[in-house]
This record gives sequence, C-alpha cells and structure tokens, in this order.
Amino acid sequence: MIRFILLQNRQGKTRLAKYYVPLEESEKHKVEYEVHRLVVNRDPKFTNFVEFRTHKVIYRRYAGLFFSMCVDITDNELAYLECIHLFVEILDHFFSNVCELDLVFNFNKVYLILDEFILAGELQETSKKVRFLFKFY
Amino acid sequence: MASSMRGLSVFISDIRNCQNKELERLRVDKELGHIRTRFKHEKGLTPYEKKKYVWKMLYIYMLGYDVDFGHMEAVSLISAPKYPEKQVGYIVTSCLLNENHDFLRMVVNTVRNDIVGRNETFQCLALTMVGNIGGREFAESLAPDVQKLLISSSCRPLVRKKAALCLLRLFRKNPDVVNVDGWSDRMAQLLDERDLGVLTSSMSLLVALVSNNGDAYWNCVSKCVKILERLARNIDIPQEYTYYGIPSPWLQVKTMRALQYFPTIEDPNTRRSLFEVLQRILMGTDVVKNVNKNNASHAVLFEALALVMHLDAEKEMMSQCVALLGKFISVREPNIRYLGLENMTRMLMVTDVQDIIKRHQAQIITSLKDPDISIRRRSLDLLYGMCDITNAKDIVEELLQYLSTAEFAMREELALKAAILAEKFAPDLSWYVDVILQLIDKAGDFVSDDIWYRVVQFVTNNEDLQPYAAAKARVYLDKPALHETMVKVGAYLLGEYGHLLVRRPGCSPKELFAVINEKLPTVSPPTVAILLSSYAKMLLHTQPAEPELQEQIWAIFKKYESYVDCEIQQRAVEYFALSQKGAALMDVLAEMPKFPERQSALLRKAEDIEADTAEQSAIKLRSQQQTSNALVVTDQIPVNGSPPVGQLKLVKIPSQNMETSSFEQRRTETYGAVNKVDPESSPSVDLLGDLLEPLAIEGPPSVLTATEKGQGLEANPNSPGALVLASFSDQPNTVQPTINIAERFSALCLKDSGVLYEDPNIQIGIKAEWKTFHGRLVLFLGNKNVSPLISVQALILPPRHLKMELSLVPDTIPPRAQVQCPLDVVNIQASRDVPVLDFGYKFGTSMVNVKLRLPTTLNKFLQPMTVTAEEFFPYWKSIPGPPLKLQEVVRGVKPLSLPEMANLFGSLHLGISQGLDLNPNNLVASTTFYSDNSRALLCLVRVETDPSDRTQLRLTVASGDPILTLELKELLKEHMISIPSITPTAPQGPMPTPLQLDPPGALSIADDPGALLAALL
Repeated sequence: MIRFILLQNRQGKTRLAKYYVPLEESEKHKVEYEVHRLVVNRDPKFTNFVEFRTHKVIYRRYAGLFFSMCVDITDNELAYLECIHLFVEILDHFFSNVCELDLVFNFNKVYLILDEFILAGELQETSKKVRFLFKFY
Repeated sequence: MASSMRGLSVFISDIRNCQNKELERLRVDKELGHIRTRFKHEKGLTPYEKKKYVWKMLYIYMLGYDVDFGHMEAVSLISAPKYPEKQVGYIVTSCLLNENHDFLRMVVNTVRNDIVGRNETFQCLALTMVGNIGGREFAESLAPDVQKLLISSSCRPLVRKKAALCLLRLFRKNPDVVNVDGWSDRMAQLLDERDLGVLTSSMSLLVALVSNNGDAYWNCVSKCVKILERLARNIDIPQEYTYYGIPSPWLQVKTMRALQYFPTIEDPNTRRSLFEVLQRILMGTDVVKNVNKNNASHAVLFEALALVMHLDAEKEMMSQCVALLGKFISVREPNIRYLGLENMTRMLMVTDVQDIIKRHQAQIITSLKDPDISIRRRSLDLLYGMCDITNAKDIVEELLQYLSTAEFAMREELALKAAILAEKFAPDLSWYVDVILQLIDKAGDFVSDDIWYRVVQFVTNNEDLQPYAAAKARVYLDKPALHETMVKVGAYLLGEYGHLLVRRPGCSPKELFAVINEKLPTVSPPTVAILLSSYAKMLLHTQPAEPELQEQIWAIFKKYESYVDCEIQQRAVEYFALSQKGAALMDVLAEMPKFPERQSALLRKAEDIEADTAEQSAIKLRSQQQTSNALVVTDQIPVNGSPPVGQLKLVKIPSQNMETSSFEQRRTETYGAVNKVDPESSPSVDLLGDLLEPLAIEGPPSVLTATEKGQGLEANPNSPGALVLASFSDQPNTVQPTINIAERFSALCLKDSGVLYEDPNIQIGIKAEWKTFHGRLVLFLGNKNVSPLISVQALILPPRHLKMELSLVPDTIPPRAQVQCPLDVVNIQASRDVPVLDFGYKFGTSMVNVKLRLPTTLNKFLQPMTVTAEEFFPYWKSIPGPPLKLQEVVRGVKPLSLPEMANLFGSLHLGISQGLDLNPNNLVASTTFYSDNSRALLCLVRVETDPSDRTQLRLTVASGDPILTLELKELLKEHMISIPSITPTAPQGPMPTPLQLDPPGALSIADDPGALLAALL
C-alpha cells in the first residue's frame, strides 16, 4: 500500500503531501526532509527505487519536480512507478501542459484530483479519462 | 477555477515573492494572525471567506508551518449544508487531521448521514475522507453502511469503488471491528463486475481479506483467473483502461498478487487456464523503446514470475523464469537489473534453484560495485542468500573487499552479513577467525560487539583453534593505528590463550604483556577493564612466576585502584588481592569454560529486521507454513574428515533449556569478576533469546569425555592432554559409528543437546526441552554425504511408562541436508527404563541398522527446588521408612568432593539446600517429580559422606510414592558409582548453588494434596 505521496521541487519545497498513515507533525517534516535528501542527488541513470527506513520510495522526476511514493517493501515497484506517470498524465490532461506553477496555485485542485485517483493508499481509478465528479466554486 | 479564489492566489503570490525564509515567515505570521481574528468573530464570516481561510491554512501547513488553530473551523465545514463548503471541509480535514484526532468524533454522525443519504456527491466526499483517515470509531459506526453501499445494485460505480477502498481501510486498521463473515460470496460477486474502477478497488480489498484469512476465499480463485484471462488474453476492456497498449497493468498485478495468497490451485481446469495466461506473459513480454510501456509490461511480468514461483510450476516453466531473471540481472536498464536481483533473492526463498543462480555469481558480484546504492543493496541481499559452503570463501572475500570502499550507510549491514556467512559456512574455523579479524581491522567502527563476542565464543569452545587465534591476534596487535575493538579481542585472546604460544618468538609472557600494555594509555574504560583481566590471566599462566612481570602488573593494578570508573577500580583491587594468594587466583581465573551453544546473536539480529507492510507478505506466509512441517532441510553439514569443530549448524527450533540457564547462572556466580568483561557475550538468562537456540552438534565435549574417562579420576579436566578417542562398537554393521555411543548417551542424560550417534554417513543430533511431565525432543538427521541416504527408517520402542509420538521421518535424506523430526514424550510413571530408537538407512549397497537408547531418563522429569528447614523437616519426618523412604550404604563410589557432587546433583535436576544439614559432610537436596499419573511429587535426598573414605556414602531417598523412591535411589546410585563426566568446568572455589529457575516450588506443593498434607503434618 502507498504510505504517502510527496511532490517536491529540487529545493525541497513541498508542493503536495498526502499521508495514508497517521504520522505526527514533526514526523511528517522529518519524512519530507529525508525523502528529498534521498532522491535529489541521485543520478538520472540510477534506479527509480530507493530504500527508506523499512519501506521503499518509488520516485520519478519531471522537470524540477520529484514525485515520490512510499510503498511497502513487498509491493510491485514498476506498477507504482507507472502509477506516478499516470497521475502526471492526468494532471497534464487537466491543466493542459502542466507545470510547477499550476500545481502551486491550484494545490487545492491537485488534492481533489489525487483523491479521485488514489484512496486509502490504493489505486482507485486507472482510466485516463477520469470523470471528475467534483466542481469548483 | 469556477470562481478563482483571488485572496488565495494573492497570498500564494506573496509567499512566492518573499526574498528569504525570514520574510516568508513574517508574511505567514501576518496571515495566520488575520485568520485567527476573523475566525474569532465568526458572525460576519461568509461561507466563501471561511472556505478561503481554510484553504490558506492548508497551504501554510503544507509549507511546513505549524497550524495549531482553525481545525475546528475546517471540521465544522463538513456539517455545512451546501456542497462547496462541505467539499473543502472534507478535503482539508483529511489533510490536517489523522485518525487519532478528537475533533473527528464530532463529525461521525454527519459523516454517517452523508454516507447513508441519497446525495451521491456527499457519499463520495464522506467515503473519501473515511477511506483516507478513518480510525476505530469510524469503523465501529460506519462499516456496515459502507458494506451496504459496496454491494448495492442501485449505487453507481463511482460510489462503489470508493466504498470498496473505504472498507479496505477500515478492515486493515481494525479487522476485529469489521464483520466480514460470509463475505466470500459477496467478494466473488464483486469480481464479476464489469466496471474496471470497481474491479480494481475490489481486488485491493480481496488482497487484504485473503491475506488475513486465506481459507475463506477459495471461491474467488477461479474468478481471479477469469479476470486475468479477460485482461491478458482477451483484452476485453474499454480503451481508456489500456495503458500504452497494455490492459490495465495495475489490475493484472493486483490479481496475480491476490492469487499468491492461495497455497495451491487445485482445480485442474483453472490451473491450466492460469498457466496459459502466465506462459503468455512470460513469453510475450519484449523489451520496447517506450519507457512507460516497457515498465508497465515488466511490472506485469515480474508479478507473473512471483506467481509462477509461488505455484511451484513445472520444471520447465521454472527454468524459464530463472533464465529470464538471469537475463535481467545483466541488462543495462537499472530498474530491470534491480528487479532481477530482487526477484532472484525471492526465488531463493521459495524454490531450490541455488545451483542455477550460482552460475550468475560473477555477474551478481559486478552489481555489488554498481554506483547505485539500491542495486548494491539488492546484490548484497542476493549474495547473502545464495551463499553456501561451496562459494562462501569467494563471496565473503568479495564482501570484505567491498567493505573498504562501501559508504557508511552500508558498512554495518555488510559487516554483519559477512560475519554471519563466515560463521555459517566456514570450511574451517581458522578461516572464520581470519575473516572476523579482517572485518574488525577494516571496519572496526561498524563491527558491533556481538561480532567479536561471537568469535571469542568459538575460540573458547574449540581448543584446536585457540593457539591459532592467539597467534593471529598477536600479529594484529603489532599493527599501528589499531581499532579499539581489535585491542579488545586481541587482549582477550592473548590473556586466555597467550600461554599456548610461549615457545614462539616474540610471544613470551613479557613480550605479550608489553604489546598489550602499549595500548593501555589510549583506550576507553571498557577496554581498560578487559586489559586488566587479561593481565590477571597472564599472571596466572606465567608459571613459575616472573618477578619482573609480576611487579609491572602489580604496579598497574595499584595505579587503577583509585581509578574513577568503579568497575575498573573493583577489578584492579580484586585482581591485586587475588594475585597475592596463588591458589585462589588459580580457581577464580581459570580458563573460561565453554559457552553453551546458542544461536548466533548476529543471526538473530539479522532476522529481527522486519519490514512493516500493510499485508503480510505472501512469501513470508508461505515460509511460515513450511516451518510448521516436520521437515526443514537446511544446508550442508561438513563431510566427515573435516574437524568436527567445523560443524556450526544453526537450526531454529524452539527450546527453553533449563540446564543451560542454570549452568549460565552458576558460571556467572563463579566467574563473577571475569564474566563482567563481556556481560553480553556470556549468555544472559534470556528465555526469549533461548527460544531460538540452535542445536549445535559439537565435537569437543566428546573428546574431553573420552579423555577424562581414559585417564581416570586423576585427569585434570583442563589438561590439554592426549586426545585419543577410543572407538568401540558392538554393531554388526559394516558402517561403524565414529563416536562412542554409550558415552554419548550418558553425557546426554545430563544435558539436553548434543550428538547421539555418528558414522561416516550420518550424524544424529538431539535437542530436548522438558516441561513438567512433557518433553519435546527433536532428532536432527544430517546426511554427511553428497549422495542421498535412502530407505531411512526410524522406529521408537517406548517403555511402558512413557507415551511417545515421533513425527514422520522421510524416506530419503537429500545430500548434505539435515532433517528434523520432533518427538513428543509424556511421562506416566517413574522408571529408569529408556526408549530405544531403532534406526536404519541404506547407503549405496550397505544397510545400516542401529538401536540407540534415547536419553529420556527419569531425571528429565525432575525440577530442582530448594526448600527451607521449615518445609523440609516436617516432611522428612512424616515419612517413616520403607517403602517410601529408602536408605542404603553405597560402596565403590567415585570419590567426589562435595562441590563436585553438588554439581552432579545439579545436572540431575536436584536442588541442593544448603545449610539444612548441620554436618558439613552431608548434602541435602530436593526436587519435584512430574508425571501424568501423579502430577507433582516432592522428593527429598540426603547424602552422608565420610571424609576419611570418599568411596562410600549413605544415601537416603524419600518421596510420597514407593516406586519413585526406589527408582530415584537407583538412578542416583548409577550416577555415583560410575559417574558420566559432566562438562569439565574449572575447579570451583565456593560451592555453587544450582539455580532455581522455577521458584514456584511452593506452588507445586500446593498442587499436590499429598505433599501439602505431609507438609502440614
């Protein structure tokens, strides 16, 4: 199962954080800091998987943004790696050519989209044409 | 944004425009202050404003600032009647709060109303929040409603897929609260679903349910296979669910994951269909250019591999898998290589493919040098997993080499793994010592204390190794810039065994002292303590004393007498005082006795590292199921011919060994000061730890046994005298045992593990644990050959007083494998008769058949206890005479000193009560006998010795059962007349008190009405 999802830029600014396990505030800050340190310096030629405490982080970099998912050690790495990509495609579809700024100014919408995509740490909908029920007012 | 929330955008821009962190904080503080005041005067707040402020709070929170107010406002939005506010309330609450938050209680009712209400959008919002943060209270009040939604035919898929995952969350967190009885039919129905969203969510739910209770969901197996067929073969899904041309790879992966929780697939049709699909996946996955497509198809492929391994497919398919993995571990693409390594490691856990994987060893070692730490870790895991006696040397040497360049993050793990492999698969023990010393030398900082404790244990337990280890330590101590751990090991080994090197150049006591003492000024207090002990040992071993050395050492003791660390101070004072009295020094500082065999703390440490996963891993579940079986095939046993000390088999079996514990305790008492050197390496009375104690089939004790017997009573148990092993046999077989069976048997009467029988083909070890009138023995049948032993037979011929049940013994023991056969014993009555194991096997053309007595002797059902005078005398007097109390003058007794006799009694599970008998030449002991017939019976024993003639004594035994009294008396006589040697320990100064591991002695009296009555009288 997915423990948490983080969107961070190269400087380590969190653009989106969603936790599916209950963590204390201080712990969340620590996790975000550590995951950023872990992925930011990795060579692009390296694997997209890296051990993190008793779990593993599957991450992918899009321009200056790192999408990281922390999953169980027994989970299928490539399936989650492509899950990240599917999420990015959905965002891309929604914002038409998404960039970091879109996510910054529309962080609330990103949360809504994410909730349609992943729920309770599991994949909910894999159709690229996600039918968004929600409306913005 | 339908109505762009201007205020929010402006705030975000402001934050972005802040030049530095300080300005950002000011801006945030200002905003928080503003929001706080607005929330305080809630009256004028429009719904729009409230929403805006709550979003701002979330943004601030995301930036990493503490938001310690406003939670209430966010939560209260959930109860708003209109969708826009409600939506914000739900989303922000599920980001800000977690399941333990009190505020959530306030909305349980609102959430429930939204879920059971008719408004679909409200249902979705509520299900999403509960799915993301739902805790126990939600589970208790909402689970039935969520279940209803999931199976409702009137709900749209949009709601139902959320309900499935929401239920999954509630079930994962609180499986006891969510009632899923009878859900197997519901799940089977759900798997017929056409909507892929609902199906994907339901599959995740199924994985959670089935990992929790596999047996209940059998009816889902064929449905899962159908889904796979639908996706992978028929590609019967809507276009938007294919991902780069691949039919929902995620659903395929999940489905195959679910199937891994079913032990097998019995229905032949289903099995065939599944294998067809798997075959298609294995063969039809090609490497393509598009990264995403490649990843997705390989995600499916790797899951298929895992499923094939799990199903134990036919040989052909398995070798296909291994071939694929072999290909993967040599590709350039890092992700695939990583997964190849990882899955090879998993494969090792479930199937026997060691030999094929060994062919790739060179390639795997290359990956150990990869720049990516993730790949190096997988490679290390695989090398660790594939290591056995044939490649241990190569692999461990690679690890050692890599150790010098590895980054800090990996060094400790690397050192630990190298140490474990060296221990497990050492072709000879000197190599093991070499490896550990190298480890300490190269990566001292990362070598935990456990590692060097372990090497000390081995050296202590293996005499052949002692001069070698000491010489090695001597060499290392000459090196400049030594790691402190090396100083510790070196000083310890030279202190204990330095005297064995005395004839070598540079190894006179004086020189050894000098080389150790050089380090003294620079080491930390714990090491100083070890050095002091080793000086004391040197004094002991330097006979005749060298005045000069003595002076030097005394000076050091004197100096440390006023040292600030009290441990060191105490040692200095005690050693100084002791060294002034020659004889006492001998007793207290004698060579350390052998350590009881136990599982390597290292191995335990390695096993302790446990992953935390949402579902139990299928592989793990499976391996657990396997160990519950009678057979555990472990790795090689070294062939006969290599010294017996090389046999370090670590086989996990539960054991709670009383004897070991009391032995430990005794030792701790006797060796108090010395033992403090390494409190952790001397086994603590750690019952939990002992649960994993291994059987170690040890060699040396037998050697000593023989020596002692051969040399009679004068033999000094510590003299490293001639190690001649008289081998005799009364077997008509052509294959002769290589050990003295009778002696082994007597030795095993006094301890609980060891070798029962050994010949050139097989070794039978035994390990027992006893609890009241129950016993559990495990026989370890180890094939020492490279070819299998066939027609293996084992029959138990139990005497009448024992009920015994031997689990199935396999017909064949594979080459170099060990098989465990548990054997349960229940004691019904007191008797000295022992069961006989009729054991036979065929090797080549020769049939071997032996009859072995099993050490299930009367004393195993005794539990020692100490009684007070108030308890003892009334009971003693209440038993008038025969047949309950028997007395006999025994002649021809082996002359034993009282402490030695007390030791013997301890080994027989009799507790010595000191001071009860005023005559110092007498011994009084008591114990409780357990049997199924009588439960617990108190037995009292008194021995009166004659100091002028130690070969005779008067023995009195009393108990509430005439048979028990007689049998116990005879048993004691047997052991006193011909004393089977007990593990030679150093001569002990103060008489040891056998440990009362079982204080509820009083309790056992209370259980026994007879004893209670007697005690009252």
